[in-house]
Amino acid sequence: MSTVSSGHTHAHHFESSQHEHKAGIHGVWLFLVTEILMFSGLFVAYAIFKGVYPEVFHEGHRYLDWRLGALNTVILLFSSLTMALSIHYIRVNKPKAAMINLLITIACGLGFMIVKYIEYNAKFHHGLYPGHFFTAHEHIEHKNLALFFSLYFCMTGLHGIHVLTGMGLIGWVAIRLKKGEFGPHHYTAVEGVGLFWHLVDLIWIYLFPLLYLVS
Amino acid sequence: MAHEHSTDYLHHGKGLWSWLTTLDHKRIGLMYMIAILTFFFFGGIFALLIRLELMHPGTQFMSPTVYNQVMTLHGTMMVFMVIIPGIPAFLGNFVLPIHLGAKDVAFPRLNLFSWYIFIAGALIAASAVVFGGVDTGWTFYTPYSIQTYKGTVFMVLGAFVMGFSSILTGLNFIVTVHKLRAPGMTMNRVPLFIWSIYSTAIIQVLATPVLAITLLLLVMERTLGIGFFDASLGGDPVLFQHFFWFYSHPAVYIMILPAMGIISELVVTFSRKVVFGYTAIAYSSIGIAAVSFLVWGHHMFVSGQSEFAGKIFSFITMLVGVPTAIKMFNWVSTMYKGSIRMDSPMLFAVGFMFLFAIGGVTGIFLATLSIDVHLHDTYFVVAHFHYVMVGGTLMALMGGIYYWFPKMFGKMFNETLARITFALIFLGFNITFFPQFIAGVQGMPRRYQDYIPEYEWLNRISTIGSWLIGAGFLLVLYVLIQGLRKGKPAGPNPWGAKTLEWTIPSPPPHENFTTTPVVSGGPYEYR
Repeated sequence: MSTVSSGHTHAHHFESSQHEHKAGIHGVWLFLVTEILMFSGLFVAYAIFKGVYPEVFHEGHRYLDWRLGALNTVILLFSSLTMALSIHYIRVNKPKAAMINLLITIACGLGFMIVKYIEYNAKFHHGLYPGHFFTAHEHIEHKNLALFFSLYFCMTGLHGIHVLTGMGLIGWVAIRLKKGEFGPHHYTAVEGVGLFWHLVDLIWIYLFPLLYLVS
Repeated sequence: MAHEHSTDYLHHGKGLWSWLTTLDHKRIGLMYMIAILTFFFFGGIFALLIRLELMHPGTQFMSPTVYNQVMTLHGTMMVFMVIIPGIPAFLGNFVLPIHLGAKDVAFPRLNLFSWYIFIAGALIAASAVVFGGVDTGWTFYTPYSIQTYKGTVFMVLGAFVMGFSSILTGLNFIVTVHKLRAPGMTMNRVPLFIWSIYSTAIIQVLATPVLAITLLLLVMERTLGIGFFDASLGGDPVLFQHFFWFYSHPAVYIMILPAMGIISELVVTFSRKVVFGYTAIAYSSIGIAAVSFLVWGHHMFVSGQSEFAGKIFSFITMLVGVPTAIKMFNWVSTMYKGSIRMDSPMLFAVGFMFLFAIGGVTGIFLATLSIDVHLHDTYFVVAHFHYVMVGGTLMALMGGIYYWFPKMFGKMFNETLARITFALIFLGFNITFFPQFIAGVQGMPRRYQDYIPEYEWLNRISTIGSWLIGAGFLLVLYVLIQGLRKGKPAGPNPWGAKTLEWTIPSPPPHENFTTTPVVSGGPYEYR
């Protein structure tokens, strides 16, 4: 998010750097609200189609590997911990420890995306494409199964884009940390990115049971 | 630094580059003004072409295919590129921080970024013309929007991108109102314009993301065929309507709430009187914003949604009339026994009240379930929303431009000519759109290039009216340019207004206030 000042001074329209920090975090929270509302459209679509075709969702989830989904849940939960730790270490002025935790967080994001890649590949291999491109018609029980995979790809796809964005943002704050731009009283950007990362994690925690464990 | 404080914002930094990289909310406001007025010019040309085609039945100079595209361009441009960003991004950006006693918005870089997003979105949307055009109307209803020209994807993507500009501007304003008010500027002392922009910002932040996902799904529908809105794949086209209106009805209030804020400022200033019912006007803005999320189904009375849902939506829609009427009555009560000056901004304010009353009351007609079944998709609806959006929002925008023009540029415009622009626009507007109410009640359907001869006389009047509006806005352009070039110096407070922007020089210095103001009373301290 837009943290205006660099170094330890504050922008001209704020009274103090603390004032600026509070405004920045307020802005990040509002941004997270918009993210939740954006995903809410997909959750509403999920709820409606689940109501209309419960059997399709029951069949659909059997094609997803809950073990890979669970693995990814653990990876993201752990990355939330390392993200929070890195903010903690900046606050107690241990930039090296903070840096290690940021890098672990990025590595977790990468791990998540690799698992996702393996999962997507398996789906494509079986012709389980979204909607119109769905080709696995011979083996399936319910004719609208494609709809389940449309939801699956839209929801996890949009979430995946957020994971990639989050990794980019964490990389950005890591570079700024290396340049020595953050300190115990100046870490707005790291905290903002951290909040974003936690939201990405939180959305996955909803997606996992809704898609993999529904029955 | 001392030198920089003394220069006004127009001369603080020179050259085009200093504008394109500026972080000053006043300059960004003016950059929005230039963009929006340009789009308004094109949208207006399209409107005149539509009216010219409709002057007589049958084809005049546009084939039905071309007509559908021109109508869609008019609608999408006016909605997404003119009326939604019009007041908040342009006047809001210029006025809001000064009204609060702040030096800038909370996130100046984000503010500039929002402008670039807006321009990028507008360019993507405009590229639709190159890729085959769009003929869906501004609502992009499925299943038609999935099947028609490829340009639809670009228009939808453009609207998606411009949505983010709207979200980020709203976010910026909310944080600014919360965190950057001057000492003593409590929420019960901020000008009413702030309350309306704040309510608007809430809607922008809460509703626009839903539009974003809706438009994204529409793009996915076209490119990947995901089937959410396609009945042959198990989806539901009406679901698109629900998603679309869940944003687009609140968006109607994104269009009108800021206009109401301007009217509050104008009525107080030109009545020279303390506003009647400050709290009522302020909280009714929040009330409108809250109710706006619960009424989207009134666009879908004939879509096949359940009758019970229709009744609920009908009832809640009528509730919108309450906070709206509260504002109206408070404005009129403010004028009562005031020392009214009918300067050009006030003319537009009174014109707003007159036209908005008609637009609002016909809205209650349409909210009534049984009547709407008859009037749905007729010219009655067209007349109704033009009374609200043009008669309401654009009239207020014009009043606001005249009101703050001296502050923006430090110069006065020609008052006599400004009053003539009001007469042209106001008369032209009524001549154009009042006959459409009658045509609508008689059953003339909207969106068609052709009609039966019985409607010809009404359409002819309507087209003649549109020329008056066109002339009026061209004259506005002349008045503004002439004011810029030859206007007399305005001085800090030409209207005798009381809010903070009138306590600083015109044009304002780069940092707005050399010393942070300390506020000790309400915004409108007339005796």
